[in-house]
Amino acid sequence: MEQRDDIIEYSLYNHHSEEEGKKLRKKIWKVTLILSVVTAVEVLLGALVKQGSDMWLTVKVLFIVLTVLKAAYIVMTFMHLGDEKKALKWIVLLPYLIFMAYLIFIGLTEGAAVAAKM
Amino acid sequence: MAGHASNEINANVGWDGNGSPFSVGYGKLMMWFFLVSDALTFGGFLIAYGFTRYSYGGAWPIGEETFDALPFLQGSYPLAYVALMTFILIISSVTMVLAVEAGHRMDRKGVTKWMLATVLGGLIFVGSQAWEWSHFIHGTKFGRVELSDGSIATAKGDFGKIQSFEIVKPGAHYAGIGELITNDNITKEDGDLMHAFQHAAAKRNLSGTAGAMLITLHDGTVAKVNKEADKNLELIVKVAGNNHAVSVAADESTRINEEEGSVALYYEALSKGNVVYGANLDENEYGPQTYGHFFFFVTGFHGFHVTIGIILNIVIFINVLKGTYHRRGHYEMVEKGGLYWHFVDLVWVFVFTFFYLI
Repeated sequence: MEQRDDIIEYSLYNHHSEEEGKKLRKKIWKVTLILSVVTAVEVLLGALVKQGSDMWLTVKVLFIVLTVLKAAYIVMTFMHLGDEKKALKWIVLLPYLIFMAYLIFIGLTEGAAVAAKM
Repeated sequence: MAGHASNEINANVGWDGNGSPFSVGYGKLMMWFFLVSDALTFGGFLIAYGFTRYSYGGAWPIGEETFDALPFLQGSYPLAYVALMTFILIISSVTMVLAVEAGHRMDRKGVTKWMLATVLGGLIFVGSQAWEWSHFIHGTKFGRVELSDGSIATAKGDFGKIQSFEIVKPGAHYAGIGELITNDNITKEDGDLMHAFQHAAAKRNLSGTAGAMLITLHDGTVAKVNKEADKNLELIVKVAGNNHAVSVAADESTRINEEEGSVALYYEALSKGNVVYGANLDENEYGPQTYGHFFFFVTGFHGFHVTIGIILNIVIFINVLKGTYHRRGHYEMVEKGGLYWHFVDLVWVFVFTFFYLI
């Protein structure tokens, strides 16, 4: 099997060295900062830009993009799915993302159709 | 380093095929599968919410108008409290990942410290959510009113303090015409002045106009309400009636302000009992009833997950103290608990966006 030295192995009994720990902690604090800043930006936008204003659609899309960004940081770094084997990463992510994309599509399409009938 | 070929497999770790798939333990892989199924559940809830909101024709409650209260403070602080809750949960996720990191270095002291911090963070979050639910259930001081033309509106402004009730016609508990009922001598049944006022309004026991309201208390006592005037009372029309169109969130001039008679309209509605305070499963002051149902169900289900997470984290914390994982030779249990805890944070990120921001 192909050897990868760009990732830190997480299997059992494969303990991390002090140096690896330091590297991980640095990454954790970096992600903490990103998550906090993104949340602050979201709250500021939510409080300042009113629903129904010209900017609202842009802000709404931005909210969703920022939310997915935050989710990606949590899953990839905090749950360190990014450091697991590629096969595990995609087994977890791919079926979920495909199904959700479909469900969002069908939910909003049906929602619009029901709204049009009422 | 990678793959089972280069690792010596312990029989307790490897599965029956004598190797662990993806180089992860059985428990961790199953935790991932559980989290995928739980994520499908929450995804389904949020999309059901999206469907309902998308298909609803009228005005949906607006996050920064609905959630603008802080404990101990008067006034409007849009989204400040939920932002604080979000921050608390992110920080407790960080302490959890630091515990996992310490576990990988077999640093028992580090794991102990960060696990304790995570449990505390979780408790603070659940406590915050309890306050938020309590505020949501009890509602605002103004409530939601149905105006004389049939339109339905929520109110913004500073509610003038109720100073006392001046007895006009004595009842069973209060005697002495002209005497004052204050929070010091009010009966337990009436609670406090504010509670008695809202209760009377909802039960059609208020009458009169702004500044000259009469209240009938539980025991039949009729009293004059001594109340400071409200400041900047604005009515935000949510459902249009004969005379008022729906207010646009982006344009505050579409609200009914004091010059347009908001005070008279509001107190006329109160004296007719056309008011709803707070939220329950039958009605709520914020918007359509499905909104209340979804709010209670989705944030409640998330809060339930947080509570379970705190219990798991406490069990893990006790085992860390006892040295169970240190003797086992690895801290994978901390990592598994951590996956669940991060997932709870992950769900909140989405709940925050779809219930409060959008």
